[in-house]
Amino acid sequence: MPMSASEITRLITEALPGAEVDLQDLAGDDDHWAAKVTAPQFAGKNRVQQHKMVYEALGGRMGGVLHALQLTTATPT
Amino acid sequence: MSDVNTRISSIVGDNDVVLFMKGTPLFPQCGFSSRAVAILDHCGVAYESVDVLQDMEIRQGIKGFSDWPTIPQLYVKGEFLGGSDIMMEMFEAGELQALLTEKNVAKAD
Repeated sequence: MPMSASEITRLITEALPGAEVDLQDLAGDDDHWAAKVTAPQFAGKNRVQQHKMVYEALGGRMGGVLHALQLTTATPT
Repeated sequence: MSDVNTRISSIVGDNDVVLFMKGTPLFPQCGFSSRAVAILDHCGVAYESVDVLQDMEIRQGIKGFSDWPTIPQLYVKGEFLGGSDIMMEMFEAGELQALLTEKNVAKAD
């Protein structure tokens, strides 16, 4: 079962309150996503740490049910 | 340390640049791995690749080793740099090229 956009967004914003999640369905199949996550919690963290925070928010689904998520992270400006 | 961690440590320690990927640089088996290969080729550095599809122990073990859930994974001089998204971001910002130069990584033949 692929994950829906709303489910992905919900998990991320629950773990990172105030985060903005911009999702794009890359293949039109609800299974290949590109996400840009902008979150105040990323401040002072390096890219690896920022991506790990998003993966943690997704609770182990990354690399499993969520096969393809292209991820970009940023702090709010 | 478990055996697989020891194996991964020695691969990462013995090679300046290592890409854990699905497939081989000539025949990548996944779009993300393919992108990682293209970036490294563009940087013109010599690198070792490990095909995790040929080694189930490493395929699972690498995720625990780096605490990172996906493949590909890039290591430079023993340090985990990230997956293909981070590689692309760093490459586009010129940071990856700068880091490889700074770390004095050998050029590809």
